[in-house]
Amino acid sequence: MTTRFLTAVAAVVVLASSLAACGGDATEGPSTTLTVYAASSLKSVFEQLGTEFQADHRDVTVSFNFAGSSDLVAQIQQGAPADVFASADTANMGKLGDEALAPADFATNTLEIAVPADNPAHVATLADLARQGVQLVTCAPEVPCGAAAAAVEANARLDWKPVSEEQSVADVLGKVESGDADAGLVYVTDVRAAGDQVAGIAIPASVNAVNTYPIAALAGSEHADLAAAWVALVTGAEGQKALAAAGFGKA
Amino acid sequence: MRTGEPSLPRWAWVPAAAGGLLVLLPLAALLTRVPWGDVGGLVTSESARVALALSLRTAAASTLLCLLLGTPMALVLARSRARGLGVLRAAVLLPLVLPPVVSGIALLATFGRRGLLGHVLEVAGIQVAFSTAAVVLAQTFVALPFLVTSLEGALRTAGRRYESVAASLGARPTRVLVRVTLPLVLPGLLSGAVLAFARALGEFGATITFAGSMQGVTRTLPLEIYLQREVDPDAAVALSVLLMAVAVGIIVVVRRDRGVL
Repeated sequence: MTTRFLTAVAAVVVLASSLAACGGDATEGPSTTLTVYAASSLKSVFEQLGTEFQADHRDVTVSFNFAGSSDLVAQIQQGAPADVFASADTANMGKLGDEALAPADFATNTLEIAVPADNPAHVATLADLARQGVQLVTCAPEVPCGAAAAAVEANARLDWKPVSEEQSVADVLGKVESGDADAGLVYVTDVRAAGDQVAGIAIPASVNAVNTYPIAALAGSEHADLAAAWVALVTGAEGQKALAAAGFGKA
Repeated sequence: MRTGEPSLPRWAWVPAAAGGLLVLLPLAALLTRVPWGDVGGLVTSESARVALALSLRTAAASTLLCLLLGTPMALVLARSRARGLGVLRAAVLLPLVLPPVVSGIALLATFGRRGLLGHVLEVAGIQVAFSTAAVVLAQTFVALPFLVTSLEGALRTAGRRYESVAASLGARPTRVLVRVTLPLVLPGLLSGAVLAFARALGEFGATITFAGSMQGVTRTLPLEIYLQREVDPDAAVALSVLLMAVAVGIIVVVRRDRGVL
């Protein structure tokens, strides 16, 4: 019966939430929280830097909000409590205007061709993406990774016909990983983070598109010193080393 | 002893009103964001028209599929005493509670190129991924429970009395089904179909995960709204209102004509 099923669902939900609550209460929270809003592509690097930051600032917890840059900008504009914002492109940082305090470019990212590990369509060069029968997936031109893909297409004087124009790099990567797409255009750092299921094919620098990442402390922050310290960590030697390891280029 | 209408406890109005507000306030708030001056241009742009047409086509196709597959499913669930039906019923309801992205991944694992059936289909020369058929599959997957549960409820409420009479008068099972059972539960069937259509129209997560997003092929109105939000929030709001208007319009028309829901 429907009721019995719903009762079972409800029981599971209650059990799971009480377990989660227990876990949360076990640790005592430090006094200050630094809230960092950052583009999804920065997730692994920033989480690593967050651990280092907390080691240096014992009473501080770094809390992250990773999402698409334009989503984050919209949230900040609606008054979300962010101390620092790191954007995947300068356009989105620009939307914040004076709210962003002295944005500094700290990294660059370029595109790469992602193919399934066994490369079923034998993609080797950019020109292969325009070949008939190759199922290419890109980001839609409306989102930054799609604008970059369009720039590469124009620079290389190619005319490809993607079977799908996705919303985000994660959507593109997902279809390459599952093998439904023969090739996708994503950032170098995404291929590196994706692991063994995906192989990357470099795009010549002469035709590649370069995306610049700016970071800024926000005017609305209640922890201006900590926010500045975070920006210094990211733009400093330690941050640059972690970014380079993840595949980011120098700004 | 008091007579007349049994009255509702007064306190019930308070949570009922709060619930009503929870639903209505965000919808009203959305209306305050609509750029009414430009709304005409925004909802009649080419990409919007293409997306709306695709949405209406695919939602109609998946509603038809829901009727073809879901009606027999509801009949089996309501009338059969076969063992294991409880499990089937739970399974049918599962898409209602699954996160849409999980539904999309499950569909990929089934109909994707390297999926369970996808491989067989590929050998047969049929490719589902990135096609309009994938959109219809995604919509049907999430809309089917709405039809099945509405219809099953109607079938159980209707009972078997008239069917037994028809059978005792010599009618064969198919004739009983077509002449007695289905006419009896027609309101339930229609309300189920309308719910399924509305759910298909709003399908987003499974579609973007499973079918992809290409203008005219797989980019339905919800996907177009999500994309526009990235560049033009005003257009996204205007299209949201369009989607709501279409859904409300269909529900109202069916309600007025049939008195269902």
